[in-house]
Amino acid sequence: MHGYANPTRFLSLARWLAPALLLSGIVLSAGAVAWGLLVVPADRLMGETVRILYIHVPSAWLGMGGWTGIALSSAALLIWKHPLAAIGARAVAVPGMVFTAICLATGSIWGRPTWGTWWVWDGRLTSMLVLLFLYAGYIALAQASARDGGSSKIPAIFGLVGAINIPIINRSVVWWNSLHQPPSITVGKSAIAGEFLVPLLVAVLGFSLLFGGIVLMRMRALIAEMQVEARLRRRALEDDVPASASMGAS
Amino acid sequence: MTEISTGLRAKHQRMVLVVIAIVAVIAAGLLAAYALRNQANFFYLPEQMSANPPETGKAVRLGGMVQPGSLQTLDDGITVAFVVTGNEAATIPVRYSGILPDLFVEGSGVVADGSLQENGTFLATNLLAKHDENYVPRELEGLEQHKSPEQSYTTTMYTD
Repeated sequence: MHGYANPTRFLSLARWLAPALLLSGIVLSAGAVAWGLLVVPADRLMGETVRILYIHVPSAWLGMGGWTGIALSSAALLIWKHPLAAIGARAVAVPGMVFTAICLATGSIWGRPTWGTWWVWDGRLTSMLVLLFLYAGYIALAQASARDGGSSKIPAIFGLVGAINIPIINRSVVWWNSLHQPPSITVGKSAIAGEFLVPLLVAVLGFSLLFGGIVLMRMRALIAEMQVEARLRRRALEDDVPASASMGAS
Repeated sequence: MTEISTGLRAKHQRMVLVVIAIVAVIAAGLLAAYALRNQANFFYLPEQMSANPPETGKAVRLGGMVQPGSLQTLDDGITVAFVVTGNEAATIPVRYSGILPDLFVEGSGVVADGSLQENGTFLATNLLAKHDENYVPRELEGLEQHKSPEQSYTTTMYTD
């Protein structure tokens, strides 16, 4: 496993894994969403709005899973100082934020006909909005430290501290009375009928593969960017050296 | 003791520090969540409201289940009256004049904005329907067990 912390070995793996994940992710997610839109029956109470489930739930899963990934990479960065861990966390942040935003938007669209309101400040909705802001903060921090050559430890510490929000999001509907319903799928038990559940699980798998592919592509892009910068810096140094040497001689 | 501390490599020291930091952050988060447990509730259940009644006229939210058979439209045609139940015996009568959300039905979850009146009736200014993973709100888990299993069946299974 540690062998893949080596950027060269990682790149040779990512070169074929990223497109494979992207392709299988696109096929599975498109299939599951089409299944949810066209095949799945309408819900007894919610009617047709139930279909937004197939985008809302995978997005929520990836929004929270993304930050879990940032937290794990941050811990790996602080403990083992793997250079790839910092790149991985940076690569996760933007897609994680996008999926969190999709989760909030689809939830809001579903909430209007179902609850009768676009937004309420209950525990689940508020903690998910906090996650969106945490992502924005992380992205700003990681970009600033990467651009100014600052320590990648600072975003890593932020990533670890922000992870406390993940169990809060998960437990918010259990700890507090909330408008958002409690979890439908718990260990060994599902309150979602099979017709709804099977395409939902396929959608979660498909979105996750897609997310993995996007993260790997972004990691490759970030590594390439760093290599370009390092090469430019080296070249600038090589140009400088003879000039200063000749100045010293004269 | 000295043998252990000098034997620790820098990597292990960092690991211990990170683990301690994570434990401290989780403990802080749990403490904060514990301290928030009442303030962060979005609504009061009927038993919470009757055990600890808010001042009359103060804006609060009441949430629970619309008692089956209690929903009636009053003579003026726009005011509805119903009873909200929770996990326990306590019930609160509610009155509301306005447009009902589509999902507002007897036996389903509801969250009402409004205030408690002198006579113990809750006067709602806005109603939200609470959709539940299997129809009966989680706060009413006790009810769910002795309430009809076919109810949760019909709500989660599609009926044409």
